[in-house]
Amino acid sequence: MSPLLQVKNVTKKYGGLTANNAISFDVAENEILSVIGPNGAGKSTLFKMIASFTPTTSGEVIYQGERISNLKPHIVARKGVVRTFQETTIFKSMTVRESVVVAQHLRAKASLAGYFWGSKTAKDDVTAFEKYADELLEFLGMSEIAGEQASNLPQGSLRALGIAIGLATDPKVLLLDEPFAGMNHDETMNMVNLVRSVRDERGVTVMLVEHDMPAVMNISDRIVVLNFGEKIAEGTPSEIQNNEKVIEAYLGSVDDEIGM
Amino acid sequence: MLGFTSKQLIGVGIFLFMIFIGVPLIIGATGRWDFYFTLTSVALLAIASAGVWLTFYIGRINIGQGAFALIGAYVSAILVVKAGWSFWISLPAAGLFAAIVAILIGLPILRLRGVYFAMITLVLTQVVTLTALALPITNGAKGISNIPLPSGISLFGIPILPDFAGMENTKLAFYYTACVIMILTYAALYRLVNSRLGHLCRSMQQNEELASSIGVNISYIRIVIFAISSFFGGLGGAMFGSIAQSVYPSSFQVADSVNFMLNCFLGGLGYVFGPMLGTLVLYFGWDLLFEFGKYQMLIYSTVLILIIRFLPNGLLSIRIGKGGDK
Ligand SMILES: Nc1ncnc2c1ncn2[C@@H]1O[C@H](COP(=O)(O)OP(=O)(O)OP(=O)(O)O)[C@@H](O)[C@H]1O
Ligand SMILES: [Mg+2]
Repeated sequence: MSPLLQVKNVTKKYGGLTANNAISFDVAENEILSVIGPNGAGKSTLFKMIASFTPTTSGEVIYQGERISNLKPHIVARKGVVRTFQETTIFKSMTVRESVVVAQHLRAKASLAGYFWGSKTAKDDVTAFEKYADELLEFLGMSEIAGEQASNLPQGSLRALGIAIGLATDPKVLLLDEPFAGMNHDETMNMVNLVRSVRDERGVTVMLVEHDMPAVMNISDRIVVLNFGEKIAEGTPSEIQNNEKVIEAYLGSVDDEIGM
Repeated sequence: MLGFTSKQLIGVGIFLFMIFIGVPLIIGATGRWDFYFTLTSVALLAIASAGVWLTFYIGRINIGQGAFALIGAYVSAILVVKAGWSFWISLPAAGLFAAIVAILIGLPILRLRGVYFAMITLVLTQVVTLTALALPITNGAKGISNIPLPSGISLFGIPILPDFAGMENTKLAFYYTACVIMILTYAALYRLVNSRLGHLCRSMQQNEELASSIGVNISYIRIVIFAISSFFGGLGGAMFGSIAQSVYPSSFQVADSVNFMLNCFLGGLGYVFGPMLGTLVLYFGWDLLFEFGKYQMLIYSTVLILIIRFLPNGLLSIRIGKGGDK
């Protein structure tokens, strides 16, 4: 079976800095693949190129046999590859429910003019969006906060909202950039289970960037490790844990931090 | 009905009654016929302000509406005077022309955000003024005067719109026309804001990156909104030219563009009917301060600054018990 998504020799240069250097790996359908690496390794940059938020300097990303790099983000989202953001990125003055409703924009059957005149299709769309929003929030355990304004939510719920917005677009591949950041142990465990059920019950292929190693080891089918823009390892969690280069990269960065 | 609550319907009913029956009765009783002209101006400025409000709705500060009003006024004047069109056909044509210009200008500049976009739009009014001075068809500084009053229209021999030239009271006719167009404008705006397009605009206003990650074609929607906004500007400008029966390069200036923006701030960016109220208050406020002579500008500015400081969400935010329009 050919892979769902292929990263092929992708390079990104910012001036003299090479944020990603000839990165290649495949993502199989229905897997949870994590990208890890020290700060500044180029993880977010890689995600941005996969979702076409930034063009590649060279190389390409292939999804279902089609090149999706160097397009526009909304076009890639329409094809089913959707990213969430490392920073908390939300619609501040919408409620949780409104955010999830608006994020279903891609499913709209009626035209914008149809919405303006209030056509039957448009009304059906709205009903369907609202129904699905409630289902999704229920699934994510967010029903109680459905009416809350996003700007009033605590950090943990904001992350969940970011994921809810991403899921509402009905993605095939969901790219989560540090979904567990700012969460305590229990919240993280909750979220790990949730991400897993997103894959199991909704058939979404998940790629995630995360610094929380126990969570990564727990959730991932496979892991890709970046360091200074290079891919230094790829494998199952146990393979990665025992990989010399990975240990060195992480210990190296710890050495730097403690100034040895 | 039409998705309105009964409270909203009553509000709309009172409003319509006031402008179509109440105001003419009051003016008839007091003999202040000059008020027709004032209120007509308010209605037309409110139409142009509605457009500015709409660009705010996608998170862009538009200080260039005067440019599109001027374009609309010229297009209508030229079509009526030089091409012999009926004013009523020239009116939508003026709006459409302004919208097309907006698309051409918008393609490069709508990528800019915040103060950068605002600064560019600020220059637009001046650019259009200078263009009007330079082009042969606009008659330079002399402008276009003696624009005939709107002629009647009939379809299959049935009169649909009366001939303004044959009327005794053109003031009233213009007042009614302006009010009808204003109501249509705000009805369209209300629909738009409360339809899915409005939700997409809000998503863009709050976070363009996230909007594009959920698949919103942000550059397309920006262009559509800017075109609609400028259509309103062109419409208001064309009506103005017809009432004044003339248009000059100075008919709309940078100061007018700034006022369109202030109308929106004052009324409230979160409320569809904000710019309408803002226009009314600002227009009358300025006139009322006329008595203060040389201090007019000082008092006016101070009051505006205080309002924006203490009522950042506009005048409509002080309503107690949120009854209606959003
Ligand atoms: N827009 C940009 N312009 C210039 N340099 C950039 C840009 N974006 C990222 N970089 C640089 O590219 C490198 C990789 O950044 P990236 O954000 O991909 O790292 P990361 O692995 O996600 O790090 P973190 O774990 O801290 O989020 C960094 O050195 C960063 O400074
Ligand atoms: Mg990052």
